[in-house]
Amino acid sequence: MYGNDFAPLLEQVDSAERDLQQAAGRDVAAGTDLQGYFDTIVAADQKIEPRDWMPEAYRKTLIRQIAQHAHSEIIGMQPEGNWISRAPSLKRKAILLAKVQDEAGHGLYLYAAAETLGVSRDELVEMLIDGRQKYSSIFNYPTLTWADVGAIGWLVDGAAIVNQVPLCRCSYGPYARAMIRVCKEESFHQRQGFEILHTLSHGTPEQKAMAQDAVDRWWYPSLAMFGPPDTDSTHSERSMAWKIKRFSNDELRQRFVDMCVQQAEVLDLRIPDPELRWDEERGHYAFTQPDYDELMRVIKGDGPCNQERMAHRRRAHEDGAWVREAAQAYAGKRAKSAV
Amino acid sequence: MLFEVFVRPRRGLSHAHVGSLHAPDAEMALRNARDVYTRRQEGVSIWVVPAAEITASSPDEKDAFFAPAADKVYRHPTFYDVPEGAHHI
Repeated sequence: MYGNDFAPLLEQVDSAERDLQQAAGRDVAAGTDLQGYFDTIVAADQKIEPRDWMPEAYRKTLIRQIAQHAHSEIIGMQPEGNWISRAPSLKRKAILLAKVQDEAGHGLYLYAAAETLGVSRDELVEMLIDGRQKYSSIFNYPTLTWADVGAIGWLVDGAAIVNQVPLCRCSYGPYARAMIRVCKEESFHQRQGFEILHTLSHGTPEQKAMAQDAVDRWWYPSLAMFGPPDTDSTHSERSMAWKIKRFSNDELRQRFVDMCVQQAEVLDLRIPDPELRWDEERGHYAFTQPDYDELMRVIKGDGPCNQERMAHRRRAHEDGAWVREAAQAYAGKRAKSAV
Repeated sequence: MLFEVFVRPRRGLSHAHVGSLHAPDAEMALRNARDVYTRRQEGVSIWVVPAAEITASSPDEKDAFFAPAADKVYRHPTFYDVPEGAHHI
């Protein structure tokens, strides 16, 4: 493990960035054969860069993971975008706009990282739109009230951060660098969500009830964001060996629960789990697992909002076609007149 | 078209590579780069370069390519013994 698991998020990111630079300075006696060179670089915690040789399966795994991550950022704009026009104040609206714009930015950093592996942007966009590649199942749940915007920031972004901070140490350079950037920005997202819930929870009884209702609905889907339990996780072991993944799904899920309990106390909101209790022996909280059958159903397309999210994305892509064509035509015309 | 983006974080520092983006031309690439890579005042100047225009050294040849520098330790000041009593050197 990397020092104190509960070090503030930004410190963990900074330390990943420092380690990246330190490892780069280390002299590595790498062999001359391709696989040997790759293995040595990964073992020394140095980074594999786009034009280095890499096993084909490593490349494919990364493309799948980074693309899915990018798609999640892009689809993730929808549930929150739903509340931009109805934010309760101009301040909240400006903040939410900035946050949703960040999600777009994160999607773009990640698409750029995926493209360094030899896949084109057009292909990636196509694979999202025709359903060949997935996005995080969490975005298939609806945002019914303003408090959901708070719950998404606190729980969904919180879970995403727990997942993503270790990715700042991923063995693939462009992905690690993109994640360092993403994590630094996510920290604002989580805090704005926490602040929304804290404000509601210390407001009128109706506002507090609204905050509690949002937490009740988002808690288990957030736990499911860490993926299936380790016993059912298919790609984990190889990804660990390649240092793409640093911790197992269950380890990260446990870390998230341990963090949330204390934060929920500060919020004065209840985590909707009657089995939640401190397990002295393990030094962790015991908790109820999310419904993994539900997770599988939502991933397969049967969540509350799957069709809506995909239809919206397709429509946005098609409605934007004339803008892309016009910009292209204008660029072509200007290039011609410049000759 | 794919552009590589370089940002100068502050006056006095060099531009550094931050990522890439797609745009129909350089002007749009600059505007997009501002929105994608400098939303938090990360830079005071941006370069965008068509990715296809970049010529890079090959990682496969890197040993041979950079080898000529390896045996020339005398290029570093630490190679030299400075006699005691010499100041400002």
